[in-house]
Amino acid sequence: MRDFSLEQLERYSRHILLQDVGVEGQEKLLDAKVLVVGAGGLGCPVALYLAAAGVGTIGIVDNDTVEISNLQRQIAHFTKDIDVPKVESAKEKMLAINPELEIRTYQLMLVADNIRDIIRDYDFVIDGTDNFPTKFLVNDACVMEKIPFSHGGILRFDGQTMTVVPGESSCYRCTFRSPPPPDAVPTCSQAGVLGAIAGMLGTIQATEALKFITGAGSLLTDTLLSFDAKTMNFRKVQLKKQDNCPLCGQSPTITELVDAEQAVCSL
Amino acid sequence: MAKTVVVDAEKNCRGVGCPLNMVYAKVELAKLKSGQVLEIVLDDGPPINNVPGSVQKEGHEVLDKKQLEDGSWQVLIRKA
Repeated sequence: MRDFSLEQLERYSRHILLQDVGVEGQEKLLDAKVLVVGAGGLGCPVALYLAAAGVGTIGIVDNDTVEISNLQRQIAHFTKDIDVPKVESAKEKMLAINPELEIRTYQLMLVADNIRDIIRDYDFVIDGTDNFPTKFLVNDACVMEKIPFSHGGILRFDGQTMTVVPGESSCYRCTFRSPPPPDAVPTCSQAGVLGAIAGMLGTIQATEALKFITGAGSLLTDTLLSFDAKTMNFRKVQLKKQDNCPLCGQSPTITELVDAEQAVCSL
Repeated sequence: MAKTVVVDAEKNCRGVGCPLNMVYAKVELAKLKSGQVLEIVLDDGPPINNVPGSVQKEGHEVLDKKQLEDGSWQVLIRKA
């Protein structure tokens, strides 16, 4: 067993007290590596909670710098961080919460050429991206590398998430075959988003990562969880792994990654 | 109690409040094998009123509780 310092025992005491986490679960968290894709509305709460939980190695990917319009929901970024790379801003807050972690920053765009090399070293991936091409890219790369991940998306008052364990549960493409045409679905910058729902969905994704690592409970696999914050209705739709899925089915047609056309905001 | 219990680990939690005493109990129990016995000393009051019950809820067996001269309690726990 790892020798926990007194400070660690106190810091993680509320985890250790949980029967489903305990000393063993906290050790697993400290040994775990999670990659957060996107340091925006979803990635910020995910990154902060994973850091607070003591996930030992956290990677964070984002190519953008902080803008004032981000601050309404991207809670790791402060007014002083405007124009700072989002990954650096997030890293600073994560280490302020928990200095003993290894935080790896990737200030780049995830594309077909680099994603597999980056995700390969991680135990779990969080999709906190804001566009369909990257969501499909994360799904495809995680299925190919057999790395479990949490899909998440928010818009206006709505959120949806599912957890994918490649080889065991249905993937994003089993249900959603291909990205919608560019401009068919508005982005947050076009349609707006209630800030707090980023926290609602992001913390669900962080919870899934912590459950996967510790083995506590059951995951949102083969399940699409969606909510409408206007009514606070939550709904679970059961999904099934599809034999004819072009990615994880019996005769896959998608065998290598390609970059899809990026939806461009026209407003 | 006529039969003697072999104690495999000891932890003095005098002066350690709730819930950190339970954290220590869990850490010590995690180091033991199933069936081994931890002797833990707990303060009177909330510690003795809470820790043995929490330990039992996690499936371990409380073999004995005995108040010591200084008012603290010696508790024997067999790991599940």
